Amino acid sequence: MFESKSGVFLIAGLGFFALSFLVMAVLPWTIYAGEEELTVTQMASKGIIPEFVDLAERYPEQFKKHFGEVNYQSYEKALRLGHKVYVAEACWHCHSQFVRPVSNEDLRWGPVSHALEYQNVLQRPVLFGTRRVGPDLSREAARRSNDWHVAHFWKPTAVAPTSVMPSYRWFFDTDGYPNERGLAIITYVQWLGSWIEEYPYFHGEGPYGPDGRPKSGDAATPDQTAAVPSPARGVALNSHGGMAR
Amino acid sequence: MATIASAGSVPRHAETAIAGELVDTRLVLYHLVAALVFLGVSILAGFLFSLQFLQWYPFEGIELLSPGRWRMIHTNGVAYGFLANAFLGSLCWAVPRLTLRPLLSKPLSWFIFYAWQAVVIATALGLTFGQAQALEWGETPVWIDPVALVGLILVAFNFMGPIVKTEGPQYVAIWYFISAFIWTILVYAMGNFIPQYFVGGAAAGAIGGLFIHDLVGLFVTPLGWGLMYYFVPIILKKPVWSHGLSLVGFWGLAFFYPLTGIHHFLYSPIPMFLQHGAVVTTIAIELVVTTVIINFFMTIVGRGDALRTNLPIRWFYTGMIFYFTTCLQCSFQTTLTFQKIIHFSDWVVGHAHLVMLGVFGFWLLGIMVHLMPRVMGAGRWYSAAANSWHYWLTAFGTLIMFLDLLVAGLVQGYMWRDLSPWEDTLVASMPFWLLRTVSGAMIVVGQFMFFWNVWMTWTRRASLPPQSVEPAPTPSAPAPAVA
Repeated sequence: MFESKSGVFLIAGLGFFALSFLVMAVLPWTIYAGEEELTVTQMASKGIIPEFVDLAERYPEQFKKHFGEVNYQSYEKALRLGHKVYVAEACWHCHSQFVRPVSNEDLRWGPVSHALEYQNVLQRPVLFGTRRVGPDLSREAARRSNDWHVAHFWKPTAVAPTSVMPSYRWFFDTDGYPNERGLAIITYVQWLGSWIEEYPYFHGEGPYGPDGRPKSGDAATPDQTAAVPSPARGVALNSHGGMAR
Repeated sequence: MATIASAGSVPRHAETAIAGELVDTRLVLYHLVAALVFLGVSILAGFLFSLQFLQWYPFEGIELLSPGRWRMIHTNGVAYGFLANAFLGSLCWAVPRLTLRPLLSKPLSWFIFYAWQAVVIATALGLTFGQAQALEWGETPVWIDPVALVGLILVAFNFMGPIVKTEGPQYVAIWYFISAFIWTILVYAMGNFIPQYFVGGAAAGAIGGLFIHDLVGLFVTPLGWGLMYYFVPIILKKPVWSHGLSLVGFWGLAFFYPLTGIHHFLYSPIPMFLQHGAVVTTIAIELVVTTVIINFFMTIVGRGDALRTNLPIRWFYTGMIFYFTTCLQCSFQTTLTFQKIIHFSDWVVGHAHLVMLGVFGFWLLGIMVHLMPRVMGAGRWYSAAANSWHYWLTAFGTLIMFLDLLVAGLVQGYMWRDLSPWEDTLVASMPFWLLRTVSGAMIVVGQFMFFWNVWMTWTRRASLPPQSVEPAPTPSAPAPAVA
């Protein structure tokens, strides 16, 4: 049996693989099966980050040409394209999106990553990352200004002299303004972590509604009920990005 | 044990009687040359990428030469261009000789050859033009995935053709080959399709980890060990030391290896009890690996001179020492204690290079040193000195890169934990990255000496005398024992 073709094929080839698939894939799959996976439309409709509106104000011509008006549709388009660029340029090979509960990572980046943060289609396939040459980006939202990102994508060493990140000149048009991909990747990076309670509302206005203006009512301020710290130092999700809990 | 007896006698019989029609030597040569071409491209891509870490990247601002994209060509080129081609070439030689039957179909074999090169080139172009998929080692654009899967199924049929016609218990190499064919298909389908189309989030992370690890453990490792079980006894002209240990090694690997995938994402949102399980199975593998290593080192006892006189054997056994090193390292680094510091650091990069180049690359290069003059119709290599330089430059380049990145990873990990400013951790890493580039240059130079030697051997194959492909056993050596 252990030296025959059928034994090797059936027990090792199929059987042991099936066992591993059951334990290593199906089991975690079923554990999270009940959690809704949000679409980009659902995430965009949680509210527009202030930085997206800021991009429209700073680069009106380019923004109008590539994205039109500030609304949920253009915001969704920017997130989709930004994610596509992030994967195509293999950003995730040097930047993780995964704050671990060890090595003081919560002090450096912010709250430890929560499983539900990954339940959306922009995490398909999941972007935990594999190597941290540059910083983790899962808490990057609003940490730096749009100007900083524009300068950084053009020439990283201009704002971070020891940086080993390549320059991404193809995110800019011939006049040096961010092009479609440039606006999209900045939107995507500024969005990463905007769903957490600690998201810094530098602009003081909270998420914007579908017309690019502050939302009316209590949705404009962080939902205080979601601010209860979780016992495992996990992330608290606000109503803005509010992943279903 | 009829298996052992036949394993000992089949190759010699085949060599004299029906080698010509049994093995399509031209096909073997084509696969091996394709493997070397992609190896050249891959290591140049890796070398270029390493310059980015020194802020010396020569093609700054050119989209199609972006370091991030060429990093994917480096890893995918090694996996699907170099390793896959070299494995296919070696299997086209080994499987017919083990089974005494030709492959299922000669036109199919050639179709697979051309189709596979098309898949690899399409992958490289797709990555260059920004169509990558966010799966490590599966960055192949999504539209190529089904084509590659069909290719892998054809490969399995082509090699299983002769294997199913044999009867009775099989030799250990065949166990590894059979399981590798079926595993590779399953692993490729699972890793490329499920996280893309069926499940997202942390659960997909678990499958991604399983995919990365299964590619090493269920595609590369069984083919590598299967070929070692074939080539080592043939070159040493003595059987493998213990058939029992061969059984333990194969079945231990088959059981434990697929159960380790989640160890790639420890401390992640994947449920903790699964992470603990993956750690335990990873440590268990080290015990299995030790039995295989003991088996092979007991096999060479009495023929230790071959390490000095026979270059393929030296490649093989250097690879085995690296294999033991990397697996031992793995059983420590997979623990939660080590993971706190080394995860996301260069330690892991060093580990990966030792596995893919130091172990499987070395084995396949050794096989090429053994096979290429034979399939070219040359009596020997054009330059023994170039082959020797190839070995020493690659061996020391790999060793230096491994140790360098190991220490770099510790420095990075501790600086991160100590909350040093990120900029400082980059400054501290620079000297290590410089040494990594130097060691990479040693590897690149070594490979290009080998490429030159292949070319010279090919062009002068008619004038190279046959006797000195490998030195004859010394008269004082004991007669090879055949079970």
